[in-house]
Amino acid sequence: MRYLTLLVIVFFLGACSSIEPWVKPYERANLADPIMSFSRDPVSSSYVSHVYEAREGGRGAEGESGGGCGCN
Amino acid sequence: MDAVLRVNQAVVVVATRHIILVTVVFFFPWKVFAAVLPEDRADVLFHSYEGGGVEISGPSVLVRKQSSTNTSIVANYYVDMVTSASIDVVTTASKYEEEREEKSIGIDYLHGKSKMSLSYKMSDENDFDAKSAHFNISQDMFGDLTTVTLGYSRGWDVVGKRNDTTFAFDTNRQSYRIGLSQVLTKNLITGISFDTITDEGYLNNPYRTVRYIDGGVSRGYSYQAEVYPNTRTSTALAFRAKYFLPYRAAVHGEVRVYQDDWGITAQDFEVGYTHPLGEHWIFDARVRAYSQTKADFYSDLFPGQNAQNFLARDKELSTFTTMTLGASVSYEFLKGGWSFIDRASVNFAYDLIQFDYSDFRDLRTVGTVGEEPLYSYSANVIQFFVSIWY
Repeated sequence: MRYLTLLVIVFFLGACSSIEPWVKPYERANLADPIMSFSRDPVSSSYVSHVYEAREGGRGAEGESGGGCGCN
Repeated sequence: MDAVLRVNQAVVVVATRHIILVTVVFFFPWKVFAAVLPEDRADVLFHSYEGGGVEISGPSVLVRKQSSTNTSIVANYYVDMVTSASIDVVTTASKYEEEREEKSIGIDYLHGKSKMSLSYKMSDENDFDAKSAHFNISQDMFGDLTTVTLGYSRGWDVVGKRNDTTFAFDTNRQSYRIGLSQVLTKNLITGISFDTITDEGYLNNPYRTVRYIDGGVSRGYSYQAEVYPNTRTSTALAFRAKYFLPYRAAVHGEVRVYQDDWGITAQDFEVGYTHPLGEHWIFDARVRAYSQTKADFYSDLFPGQNAQNFLARDKELSTFTTMTLGASVSYEFLKGGWSFIDRASVNFAYDLIQFDYSDFRDLRTVGTVGEEPLYSYSANVIQFFVSIWY
């Protein structure tokens, strides 16, 4: 039990030390490419979210949208 | 010989762009992944939705400009011009036209590795008025490989009714969000987001009705007004991932699960592929599948009038699936800059959405009551927009 407590303390203390980034800044060229953006064109993403939100029961955890739906 | 020279020139141009990109990333890594303000850009979009007897089109104009070294202002003007002869309208009302106008303004503030965003949105139509305020705060950490976002929104709606100036009911909405974006490898970025939304107030559509069996009329059924609960709380959880392929292209995937206290559960899945071609073209293709179960108080046909305390026959609350096939093309130009413009693009997107309902029947067809054909339709969604960066 003492060893387990020690292990837990060491584990949480380890979380206090700084984490070494495993993807170095000079390795991020591909991630910085615009084609890697989840929302390359916000005006379009917002519209598409609105199209679905107005016609489906599911909502949330997506791009922002709102207002009325004009979907009667 | 000319062809060989052109190929060589193209190879040199592509290689030069990669060298410049790698150099920028090497010497200015904080420009790539540390918290940054969104780019200054303006977009003018025309949108069109046509399907199920409904036509909705209009413009959307989005303008964003950095106002100081650590603040950026954004404004959006959006219009829906609606002509509706949907199945609900055809079977229980008459065709109508209306316009919805939406305006929003927001500000982003950058402080070290934190970014705060505040925005306010107003939506007006002749029978619905919505106002909402949104706040997000995000923090980059762990060598800028991780971004945590917290968000809160509050909305105030007033539901009205055409030709009835005395009809006005309030609805209040609140949304709590938490998100995490994580770089996993030099080619893979992932994200997870969780959203809880709670609504309170008048959640009915004042025009919609439910149908119930009525032996006293020749067609065998009659209509009465819908009755919804006054509260609704939902949760949604989404996972996203995007992967950079070895030949400068990207694939992405998304899974979302949803449930609410009206008894609806839903899932959607999306996969997509992005393929740049040369210096100017970017092509996108995507497939999305969505399915949901019905609300506890939904029925296409109730056994009698006032059969239960809550009643709904809104097809949005029924059991159904949607399948989307979509493609987009972007052409980038003025990449060397012109006047105050750094670059520009012209874009076209088309999505075909198929809706198939499992317990919502098409009452335009006369048949045995409760055994009419199930309803389905497809919708064409078109976007055309021009973007400039400055």
